[in-house]
Amino acid sequence: MTLRNDFTTIESWIKPQSRVLDLGCGDGTLLAQLKQSLDVHGYGLEINPTQMVECIKKGVNVIGQNMDENLANFKTDSFDMVVMTQALQAVHYPDQIIDEMLRIGKECIITFPNFAHWRCRFYLLTKGRMPVSKNLPYTWYNTPNIHLCTFKDFEALCHRKSLTILHRTVVDSHENDSIGAKLMPNLFGETAIYHITRHH
Amino acid sequence: MPNLDTNTALPATPQDSPGSVGIVVPQTVHFDTPLPLLCGKTLPEYDLIYETYGELNPNKSNAILVCHALSGNHHAAGRHAADDKRAGWWDACIGPGKVIDTNQFHIVSINNIGGCHGSTGPKSNNPDTGKPYGPDFPIVTAKDWVETQVRLADVLGIDQWAAVIGGSLGGMQALQWSIDHPERLRHAVVIAAAPVLSAQNIAFNEIARKAILSDPEFHGGHYYEKQSFPKTGLILARMLGHITYLSDEAMRDKFGRELREGKLKFDYNVEFQVESYLNYQGVQFSENFDANSYLLMTRALDYFDPAADYNSDLSAAVARAQCRFMLMSFTTDWRFAPARSQEIVDALIQAGKNVSYAEIDCPQGHDSFLLDIPQYTDLFRAYMDGIAQELSQ
Repeated sequence: MTLRNDFTTIESWIKPQSRVLDLGCGDGTLLAQLKQSLDVHGYGLEINPTQMVECIKKGVNVIGQNMDENLANFKTDSFDMVVMTQALQAVHYPDQIIDEMLRIGKECIITFPNFAHWRCRFYLLTKGRMPVSKNLPYTWYNTPNIHLCTFKDFEALCHRKSLTILHRTVVDSHENDSIGAKLMPNLFGETAIYHITRHH
Repeated sequence: MPNLDTNTALPATPQDSPGSVGIVVPQTVHFDTPLPLLCGKTLPEYDLIYETYGELNPNKSNAILVCHALSGNHHAAGRHAADDKRAGWWDACIGPGKVIDTNQFHIVSINNIGGCHGSTGPKSNNPDTGKPYGPDFPIVTAKDWVETQVRLADVLGIDQWAAVIGGSLGGMQALQWSIDHPERLRHAVVIAAAPVLSAQNIAFNEIARKAILSDPEFHGGHYYEKQSFPKTGLILARMLGHITYLSDEAMRDKFGRELREGKLKFDYNVEFQVESYLNYQGVQFSENFDANSYLLMTRALDYFDPAADYNSDLSAAVARAQCRFMLMSFTTDWRFAPARSQEIVDALIQAGKNVSYAEIDCPQGHDSFLLDIPQYTDLFRAYMDGIAQELSQ
């Protein structure tokens, strides 16, 4: 889960001086970058102690709270943007967390790996086993990724929730938006970056 | 006396310990400008005793104020004499190369008024009568302590603390500082604290006070003149308090149901190791602490309420703050549980303040803040390193 060039795309969708909440902020790289380039006022949620130390070293505000348990302490509409990178597939109730993100923030940005990428399809087709790749390095029994989905799945959920997709970018394994990923994103895109809102 | 640091391995002599500040000498400042107090009374004059560790830099920007908890005092690090059995109460964290690094910072540690280790308190002489204040010493609060600390900072020429740091009641003072004097600190480190005491917290304090007040040796607080001391009451108060500083898990690990002599004796004398330990701690404490001060310190806790002037809206209270905040709590602390720190964190986020918060997973309970626990130390150190880096920018 180190596809962090998606940060450049995320940055382009955030307005300067926004209040940003980053769920599962890891070592704080994104928030530190956003602080520097856009002067955002950010907080990250992270429960891994080693990652929290890294956040603090970067001067990033980090809150040791499990986003998968409860976000009720964050007030409605208290943030301009709620971000969650590469964690949707690891939470217990992805649909509920999207609701919570759009309650707390006006807009949200979500990135996740595409389980319908051709390599995953090929792996499953030829080996008949759960795909293991550089992007998804775990085996089925020890993976934190309990809710893998495809781009189509995600968009279907957005549609069911009547959410508006403001932007969508798909990147391949080289973190580029290649022609293949542009034309057939659900086949060639490895990571999706969605910018959504509940407003029309 | 610290709350408890029996888990901390102490070096045999200060010379043995590269992380010790060594021998320290307390200093005292006398203030004769009357101090108006929250209770409406005025303290006409008072002494403040304090210690410092590490050098103050030329532009006086590296000063850190350490605030003590219920039973702490100014002696936070090092020893007063080479043969002192114990080092200062926060020696685990303060020293060269330690979390609060004396190679980087000039640390000021103060004994609050109302205490009994050198600053003016109930056992000091009342200048009006020439006798100890006893129960006539006015009840002071965290807010009042902050004012005395401001005055000390003025005397020391420190316009702005790099940080104000404390655990438990000490953390509450750091929070009070950020609200009352926002321009005078750059960071507040608030550890194992609460925004206000709960009914259960107050209930425990009330029993502790009752133990002292009902001791026949208490004499309405005028025991000094009668050459008596409510030792039994103070021991009971401390034993009760001590239980709240430890977690169930820590007590189980340390004592279990172990018996002192290996078999039941079917009487009411001390049989279980935990009984023996509590009695020992109580007796030790009663020899180093004044009962009137204990009453006063527990009341100061009960009265702590930084949101009181802001319609009990903590986020409105902290809206004044300008510093960055670091909060830490401990999973097994049931005196000031993590949820209490989270209340402060939520208020700070709501007010848009810079804050980091960690809940440290450890078994030791409330007193964890005094100990060298790796996860705690790592986060604390990273935060302090950041403060040190700002000094050179």
